[in-house]
Amino acid sequence: MKNNLKKYFPIFVLPTFVAFCVSFIVPFIMGLYLSFTKFTTVENAQWVGLENYIKAFTADDSFIHALWFTVKFTVVSVISVNIFAFFLALLLTRKIKGTNTFRTIFFMPNLIGGIVLGYIWNLIINGVLAFFGADITFDAKYGFWGLVILMNWQMIGYMMVVYIASLQNIPRELLEASQIDGASPLQTLTYIKIPMVMPAVTICTFLTLSNSFKLFDQNLALTAGAPANETEMLALNIFNTFYSRTGWQGVGQAKAVIFFILVALIAFIQLKITSKREVSE
Amino acid sequence: MKLFTKIIACITTFAITALSLCSCSTQKNNQNTQQSAQQGAVKEIRFLNFKPEIATKYEQIAKVYESETGIKVTIETAANNTYEQTLSAKISTSEAPAIFQINGPTGYANWKDYCADLSDTEIYKHLTDKSMAVSTDGGVWGIPYVVEGYGIIYNSEITDKYFKLENKATPYKSMDEIKSFKALKAICDDMQKNASLLGIEGVFSSTSLKSGEDWRWQTHLANIPIYYEFEKNGTDIWSKGADEIKFEYQENFKNIFDLYITDSVSDRKTLGKKIVDESMAEFATGKSAMVQNGNWAYEQISKVEGNTVDEDDIKFLPIYTGIEGEENQGICIGTENFLAINSKLSEAEQKAAADFIYWLFSSEKGKDFVVDELSFIAPFDTFTKDETPDDPLAKEVVRYMNTDGIKNIPWSFTAFPSQKFKETFGSALLRYAQGTITWNDVVATVVNEWKTERQASEK
Repeated sequence: MKNNLKKYFPIFVLPTFVAFCVSFIVPFIMGLYLSFTKFTTVENAQWVGLENYIKAFTADDSFIHALWFTVKFTVVSVISVNIFAFFLALLLTRKIKGTNTFRTIFFMPNLIGGIVLGYIWNLIINGVLAFFGADITFDAKYGFWGLVILMNWQMIGYMMVVYIASLQNIPRELLEASQIDGASPLQTLTYIKIPMVMPAVTICTFLTLSNSFKLFDQNLALTAGAPANETEMLALNIFNTFYSRTGWQGVGQAKAVIFFILVALIAFIQLKITSKREVSE
Repeated sequence: MKLFTKIIACITTFAITALSLCSCSTQKNNQNTQQSAQQGAVKEIRFLNFKPEIATKYEQIAKVYESETGIKVTIETAANNTYEQTLSAKISTSEAPAIFQINGPTGYANWKDYCADLSDTEIYKHLTDKSMAVSTDGGVWGIPYVVEGYGIIYNSEITDKYFKLENKATPYKSMDEIKSFKALKAICDDMQKNASLLGIEGVFSSTSLKSGEDWRWQTHLANIPIYYEFEKNGTDIWSKGADEIKFEYQENFKNIFDLYITDSVSDRKTLGKKIVDESMAEFATGKSAMVQNGNWAYEQISKVEGNTVDEDDIKFLPIYTGIEGEENQGICIGTENFLAINSKLSEAEQKAAADFIYWLFSSEKGKDFVVDELSFIAPFDTFTKDETPDDPLAKEVVRYMNTDGIKNIPWSFTAFPSQKFKETFGSALLRYAQGTITWNDVVATVVNEWKTERQASEK
């Protein structure tokens, strides 16, 4: 029987394999190939070698600038989102009246699309800054903190739900035993709760990290790079490179490949580091 | 043996799938060829429309054309500001448009692999001014299908009210006397002072400088100083354009731009939030007396709710910037709308596309649509003098075109190096308006960006 199954393995796997090829492998390889060519559409590509990659860095400093801006943004928002989300989760796992309502409310922003959210916050921030005779296009730091606030507002609820699930999974007897031993609430937090939710931390940092790094629609709707591309993040920079110059589609594609490698690398390293800290029960 | 069976299994499945797929497609192909052989013609052509505001009208046209000729015209429309994206996405698919649009020399450079030579088409023969077509490298690649004009749109009811004011501080008595920047500035400044008497919030509508909404300044207004510079240096925009500019007439640009942002409805610090729609609404509701835009904006003005501007009061004034000899300057007339036919399609399909264009601009029915529904001023000799749209701004454009002794400014901005150049220019203007950079910084940015973008695009 087992032998039979093995024999037909290729047949059963084939449909999935074909689908995987068509929808993933082929476009990926094509994208990789296009990054080495000059093209307007996929049909008229001409091989130019590494020229696009060189241009991506040397033609102007926008890509490097976007990279640094993205890194700064990612660091700030990963830390702030996770801290806020964790403390909200702690708060909402206590026996307070209406926790479910609160959980729902905090989770809701995550259901709104990025573009809409961007425009909403654009209005709010401009409304506030208007008191000081400015708006979000005045200074890159307004755009930066605007993006951080927006990211927090959107992601905290989601991460909070993950942390809540994880906190509720901590065995009761562990907490009770610590109480009997006379552990203070702070000690329970640092020695029991935090180590026990490390798997959730891994997931949450991964999600916030990759989401912040790949942020596009919120960036487009909130600042669109204003002032003068100073708040332009990597994804938006790639988009702009692709469409705003004649014959630069290849360079945009090359930047996209670099972007992919970066995201993959960061996510990999981060997973390695945080998963080391996980404890098993 | 096991391996052998595996391989066999693999191959057979592959073969079966492939065969079934193939047979499907061949059947389809057969059907297609049979059908087209029977009718001897193309059944469907696709048209990628640039102007979302008139998409529904194109659909009516397509219906009429189908009932007359049996050829279906599928109208697809790109959303505002996304034409290039939509075109790149569509053109390499099996649903590629047969007719698409390029925006001049820069657009041609991007799409030259896809532009068919149109020099033998019927419609090109009827083009009144052959120099308007995109023709380089020994062929004709794009044919303009609409002539448009822009300038300062003003509400003559408000300006007349101003000229009747008792305490006005200028000697001018009507808009006909406004023939220079000096005169324009004088009346605008005085009107701004008397804004409450005139019932307006400012002379000019908000100078929309939000990114994506700043094309009226970084493209249209910038056209004027660049045109004069090109003219002085004898630069031909169709063949080579200019690798570098000095932005020689920056002073003139500053003149008018400062006027726009000073005598305005909005504070100059708030302009980063303003969009074109808002600006047009301010004009339509009588909050402002003037706004810079083109004849395409009439529809926008007339559709604003609470519109208080009378149709007969909407007029064009040339954009005066203080350049010598500007008394005879007209408005900016030209086009960045050129129709191109997809060269990758079959001969028959290209022919069908050309036939549709010719029908639209030469048959009685087609012409009625062009004049009455699309409100195009069409640059073809198939149209008589009376066959021009009758919205007030289009009439004004025609008036400027037919007035002797007036020199209208062509659209030189089609030779601006890239979209990025325009965007950078726009954001520099915004920062200047906000007061974070000086005018000299703006000038330096423009000169540098032109150079780098030209170099970048040339390769």
